[in-house]
Amino acid sequence: MFVTCIVDQFFPGVGEAVVHTLRSLGDEVQFNPAQTCCGQPAFNSGYWNEAKPLARRLLSQYDGSEPVVLPSGSCVAMIRNYYHELFSDDAVNQARAERLSRNVYEFTEYVAGKTDSSQLDGLLGTGKIEAKVAFHEACHGKRELGVDAQPKRILDTVANRVDLPQAEVCCGFGGTFSVKYSDISGAMLSEKLDNIEASGADVVTACDSSCLMHIRGGLQRRGSDVKAVHIAELVAAALEGRG
Amino acid sequence: METRTRQFRQNSVAALSDENVQKNLAGLYSGFHSARLTASAATSDWQELSDTGRRIKAHVIENLDYYLEMLARNVERAGGKVFFARDAESASDYVAGVAARHNVDMVIKSKSMLSEEMGLNERLEQDGIEPVETDLGEYIVQLAGDTPFHIIAPAIHKSREDVSQLFTETLGSPYYEDIEDLGREARVQLRQKFMAAGMGVSGANFLVAETGTVTLVTNEGNGRMCTSMPKVHVAISGMEKVIPSMEDLSVFLRLLIRSATGQMLSSYVTTVTGPRKDYEEDGPEEFHLVIVDNGRSRLLADPDLREALLCLRCGACLNACPVYRKVGGHAYGWVYPGPIGAVVSPMLTGLSDAKDLPYASTLCGACKEACPVQIDIPRMLLYLRKELTQGDNYPDQRAASPAEAVAMKGWRASVSSDKAIRAANLFARLGQSVVSNEGKISSLPGPLSGWTEHRDFPPAARPFRSRWRELSDE
Repeated sequence: MFVTCIVDQFFPGVGEAVVHTLRSLGDEVQFNPAQTCCGQPAFNSGYWNEAKPLARRLLSQYDGSEPVVLPSGSCVAMIRNYYHELFSDDAVNQARAERLSRNVYEFTEYVAGKTDSSQLDGLLGTGKIEAKVAFHEACHGKRELGVDAQPKRILDTVANRVDLPQAEVCCGFGGTFSVKYSDISGAMLSEKLDNIEASGADVVTACDSSCLMHIRGGLQRRGSDVKAVHIAELVAAALEGRG
Repeated sequence: METRTRQFRQNSVAALSDENVQKNLAGLYSGFHSARLTASAATSDWQELSDTGRRIKAHVIENLDYYLEMLARNVERAGGKVFFARDAESASDYVAGVAARHNVDMVIKSKSMLSEEMGLNERLEQDGIEPVETDLGEYIVQLAGDTPFHIIAPAIHKSREDVSQLFTETLGSPYYEDIEDLGREARVQLRQKFMAAGMGVSGANFLVAETGTVTLVTNEGNGRMCTSMPKVHVAISGMEKVIPSMEDLSVFLRLLIRSATGQMLSSYVTTVTGPRKDYEEDGPEEFHLVIVDNGRSRLLADPDLREALLCLRCGACLNACPVYRKVGGHAYGWVYPGPIGAVVSPMLTGLSDAKDLPYASTLCGACKEACPVQIDIPRMLLYLRKELTQGDNYPDQRAASPAEAVAMKGWRASVSSDKAIRAANLFARLGQSVVSNEGKISSLPGPLSGWTEHRDFPPAARPFRSRWRELSDE
């Protein structure tokens, strides 16, 4: 597994949830504490020369022979879709990226690929979570990877999913966008929070801790009771029967 | 049109705090955006149509000289005149010259964004010629001394009340409560102009090369009046609007109209091939087609940006964009707003001046998803960001702030190794004990303060990398 910067620094529980889930599925989990960042923050800001050493480091640490699971659609999209672009003038790393891109998975993509509903049901036993859960369709997982049905199927198994109006609309995070254009980002967030509250959910979840960090920060600022929880944590909680 | 791309930041903040604008923008999601989704879902071969459209456009852009020559030849064969204009000024000069030759004192116009690019109205006014916009939205914008807010719905930022007020002030009409009455008033006013104008200027949605045909898509019929009533018709078009054949037109009409308004077909589709023929009852005596470059060849010359010339100007990416739906069209500071504008405007008006535009996106990908010809706008925004910071292909356009470059280097150093990450984490956890409050940080310093104006920030935790040993022992 690979943990994202935000998971590592702010939400390590998400990483733990991934480990527990994968072990429940019978996988042996490896983690390289020397891992760093996929380079997306620099790449998306235009600093491709700053992103390259980070991406090269990642490619030297994961050769693609074992599946690599990440609790983030955004970081997977960076590796799978944009390393090719980043290394357009570097055939060696482009080939490495190509190899890795075939064996790197967003968490729900991996879990859903390994199990069908009955297997997931079997694993969960009676662990279904009672809380009403709204699913925010984080942009990169949905549009860059096409991962949409997988998290919904998993959620429908482990929790009571409620409809979230405009679930596919961006929450306004956008990495440095949220700082560069904090007012526009704040207006987008506000609309997202209105929809979350209108959904009647107790919990809002997504496949990306970055969006959830943004949404959670907004909910806290509003004094809302709705909790923002990564989907891996919901799955792990259900597996432990802590519903 | 005056370029105000430098003021994106101020203009976007102004739009965010304008309640009226916010109210009118809020209707885009349930309006145009949803209508497009419904229309494309109701088109059983939508994906195939979109693939075909993309393939045709890409082929044309790769062979643009060939199709433009074919087009020009066929327009001339049909009795029309063709002028290739390098820039906005020479295009306006040509149009003004035609008007002067015919002693025209009034020109009726159907909607054209290129006309905004050219600043054609201002130019005609300088020459003492009255330009009259006849598309209802454009007419409203012209009466208000405003600029279009959206490429297919120029007055979408104005409410019914705004327009009623505007009509009483500029036309001396009663204050109408009903939209129908407003429409009727505009119709009465414009009818006189249609009857009196000596020349019509139209844009073009598509130029059909094999027949030399200009195609217009409208819902009000005003386009057809402009192209058929006056003695002279001048069509102006960007050079990327050419398509090979009438058969291709059927593909693009479906893609354009369903993506723009969600209609299956617009009320009017007008095709114009040269001036009136001997056997025809009406139509202009003289027909001109002005094909304009005005910076488009810069897009064409760059393989990373060429794709932008596939654009049909349907506006779907604007309606799909959550940033456009907050800041609206004026914030972008030039003719083309929204995601496609953030690519096109910098290249047509100056990249470094428009440096804020490529960054005015969360890269959410809604634009690419909405585009009927699948233009990868996020990829081009990333490319322009790279050019602004690194200047690989446009060294004179670098515009990143030195402070940001230093911050980015500092960030990279802090995540460059496991050791550095642990050190930064420890530093953050020691530092945050001062500012953290019940699992959240509500105020951050310096450039990060923007974040905490609108939301809390999480405190750093003991990192996953430090917990791994315990987990691996389980």
